[in-house]
Amino acid sequence: MHGTDQELAETIRRISGVNTRKCMKCGKCSGACPAFDEMDIHPHKFVSMVEKGDIEALMASKSLWNCLSCFACVERCPRSVEPARLIEAVRVAVIRQQGASHMKPDAVPGLLNDKLPQQAITSALRKYQK
Amino acid sequence: MQKIGVFVCWCGSNIAATVDVAAVAEAVKSEPGVVYATDYQYMCSEGGQSRIRNAIKEYGLTGVVVCSCSPRMHEATFRKTAQAAGLNPYMVEIANIREHCSWIHKDKAEATEKAIILARTAIAKLNLNQPLIAGESRVVKRALVIGGGIAGIQSALDIADAGYEVDIVEKSPTIGGKMAQLDKTFPTLDCAACILTPKMVDAAAHEKIHLYTYSEVESVSGFVGNFTVNIRKKARSVNADLCTGCGDCTKKCPSRKAKDEFNMGLNNRGAIYIPFAQAIPNVPVIDREQCIKFRTGKCGLCEKTCSAKAIDFTQKDEIVEERYGAIVVATGFKPISLENFNEFAYAQSPDVVTSLEFERIMNAAGPTKGQLLRPSDNTHPHEIVFVQCVGSRDTSGCGKPYCSKICCMYTAKHAMLVREKYPDVNVHVFYIDVRTPGKNFDEFYRRAVEEYNVDYIKGMVGKVSPQGGKLRVQGSDLLADRQIVIDADMVVLATAIEPDPTAKGLATMLTASIDTNNFFTEAHPKLRPVESPTAGVFLSGVCQGPKDIPETVAQASAAASKVIGLLSKDKLLSNPCVAGSDEMLCNGCSACEKVCPYGAISYVEKEYRIAGKTQVRRVAQVNSAICQGCGACTVACPSGAMDLKGFSTKQIMAEVDAICR
Amino acid sequence: MSLETQKKEFKPLIVAFCCNWCSYAGADLAGTSRLSYPATVKVIRVPCSCRVNPLFVLRAFQRGADGVIIAGCHPGDCHYTTGNYYARRRMTLLFSMLDYLGIERERTRVEWISAAEGVKFSTTMNEFAQTIQALGENKRLEDLRCKESLE
Repeated sequence: MHGTDQELAETIRRISGVNTRKCMKCGKCSGACPAFDEMDIHPHKFVSMVEKGDIEALMASKSLWNCLSCFACVERCPRSVEPARLIEAVRVAVIRQQGASHMKPDAVPGLLNDKLPQQAITSALRKYQK
Repeated sequence: MQKIGVFVCWCGSNIAATVDVAAVAEAVKSEPGVVYATDYQYMCSEGGQSRIRNAIKEYGLTGVVVCSCSPRMHEATFRKTAQAAGLNPYMVEIANIREHCSWIHKDKAEATEKAIILARTAIAKLNLNQPLIAGESRVVKRALVIGGGIAGIQSALDIADAGYEVDIVEKSPTIGGKMAQLDKTFPTLDCAACILTPKMVDAAAHEKIHLYTYSEVESVSGFVGNFTVNIRKKARSVNADLCTGCGDCTKKCPSRKAKDEFNMGLNNRGAIYIPFAQAIPNVPVIDREQCIKFRTGKCGLCEKTCSAKAIDFTQKDEIVEERYGAIVVATGFKPISLENFNEFAYAQSPDVVTSLEFERIMNAAGPTKGQLLRPSDNTHPHEIVFVQCVGSRDTSGCGKPYCSKICCMYTAKHAMLVREKYPDVNVHVFYIDVRTPGKNFDEFYRRAVEEYNVDYIKGMVGKVSPQGGKLRVQGSDLLADRQIVIDADMVVLATAIEPDPTAKGLATMLTASIDTNNFFTEAHPKLRPVESPTAGVFLSGVCQGPKDIPETVAQASAAASKVIGLLSKDKLLSNPCVAGSDEMLCNGCSACEKVCPYGAISYVEKEYRIAGKTQVRRVAQVNSAICQGCGACTVACPSGAMDLKGFSTKQIMAEVDAICR
Repeated sequence: MSLETQKKEFKPLIVAFCCNWCSYAGADLAGTSRLSYPATVKVIRVPCSCRVNPLFVLRAFQRGADGVIIAGCHPGDCHYTTGNYYARRRMTLLFSMLDYLGIERERTRVEWISAAEGVKFSTTMNEFAQTIQALGENKRLEDLRCKESLE
């Protein structure tokens, strides 16, 4: 789907509306982040990695799913860079990837039980089946 | 009809090599008004100039066109030449056939053709020239300095030492400004009071300096060399002539609710108070909002205490009108309010302080007598966290987009002073960048790190939360890629600075311009850094942009030298190429007034007799002493009443016509 | 005369209004640096770009100018603080009106050229002259009566 990482980075910047160049590398985002310890790539690094086009590593990172989307970094950033929006954009990029399904139809029978509403499985299948 | 002489310069071979100068002189002879045309090797030489002078006399010339180099080069020279021969200097026009012709074109025929057109253009303009006379105005030999901080004091002292009268207007009860509140000064660590208070005394004792403290500028009118300023002397409620400055009244005052401004609100003061021990003048002032006598009518303890009978509850604000030749703005700064920065818990915990508050805590004359104690419980702190760039370099709208410039250095100073006095205290500094350009500045910062073991952390604090008497500081350490938590006893915020809130209103009064951050704009960012674009208004200190004490003093002296240069003149000659309005055409719409960057245009009601009837009309009037001749108004004017002398609409139209012939 | 020879002979007439403090000095610097631009460009000195009345531009076109350029100080550097902002606004309005009248947008220009930008002055003028050359003669606003009355 994507060509070079710079192209992918451009897509990320476009989806998120974030101008990574505005970052002055103060680290207030990482200083404010409540999920910092759960992350392998920290918010300030996220920004500089998008800037450099190092997107594949971000897409594979744990941080993507450990970010709480609490927007503390967005709130605190003195330059309005808004790292959480970047993270959200990379998430979207991962979700949009074709063939990288997180859930296969074969897995559905195993999930069926009384406690889980069937709509949840349907929507999960729709969301994660690419 | 004009009688015009045209003088074509060869400029050696500079012009003559690419332009057939004789052909140019020949070609313009048939132009309207031209009675004489010649060419010569160097028009600007004495030989050339005497040719012009002789021709003026011989042919009775009313105007001169010199086809030569750029008017930016020799216009003034040829104007003087013409004047020497009895011609009005503004009856000279230059056709630029060197920079705009011979030097950029190679083909001689083409260049000659262009030179002829340029000469014709100048002739066409000159045909419409009018003799202009530069206006004269007297210079009032007195300067006003607005603001009595170190900038204002230094400017005033320098101007007064040159022999001119200076008035300082200071809005607070004493001069001294922010520097008086500081403890030590970087990079030498000498005490601020020790170097400032002698200057304050000098200013007060100087026979040429008059202080208006507890006073504000109410209105300004006039122009360079002759400003009229109204100063409001706020009622002190104390007769300064009788007061001996003993301070007994301040001790007796039962009101203790007011925050002490000098100590940044860290303690309270009485309703009658002297801001600090070395205040000048050493005369108390009654804060009428706090005074029990003024609020309830009962009390008057200070009046009973005062043996000099100086207390005067009936005193009223007084307006003084003064005239000045020059005005120095030295209104200074204040730290920004931290209401947009809740993450630092400034409002929640008294142990989170701004750097200026920390100055007072460290100061021997401060609320803790110089002992480092936590404001919340007066205990000795062991962990102190400094946070730099609080509100500076912030484009999110919460703070200020600029660098406040002084914070890196004063934070290093604070850190060093704490470690020097209390080696048991751990000091951490969160920084984004450490900026130390300045003489001995980087050495100073490195000393804090290397000798005093101050822990500099590259990163920013994300959150401060008061917890069990401590402050939990959570921040990032970018170099270690870690998030760190420090349980601190005190947090000091290097708060951004902004121009004093009075700057904006003052700028309007002075018609001086300010930028989006309310800093005064200089006339030229590089070459005229201490002058405002408004003639006669000069800038000193932080009102123009963040700066430290050495820089402020340097700029204050620079502004003073500009003022001295102005005041040393008896008369000012104004540029006669100014705007003027044809009152019969003017419809009084105010369009010109709105675009004038100098406030040179005002309106008057005038009586006219038109067709036997008397009519009162509102018409624009240009003050030629203020007008700088930009011409913005001439284009804004919908009725064509406004025109610019020397560059009139007709003249420029004639130039256009001549070029497009 | 064939169309082709006519085209060859076309020499555009360009009027440049330059403010005294920046652009005129920039033009001087271009001269001092011997940076050439076509002789078809003729400079008129005005104190500030805000002195340029839209009427001057119209007059130039009426009299047969093929292009008009107004050059002033860079935004924020105006000698009179705000003059170039006025010029920019006025010319934006004028140019959109000219556009409406069918004058090609490329025939008019506002440029910021400082006293230090001799190179920019010459490249701007070269470029502008080329543009006008390519556009050809200005016919739409030229007022023949103006021309005749002069001759």
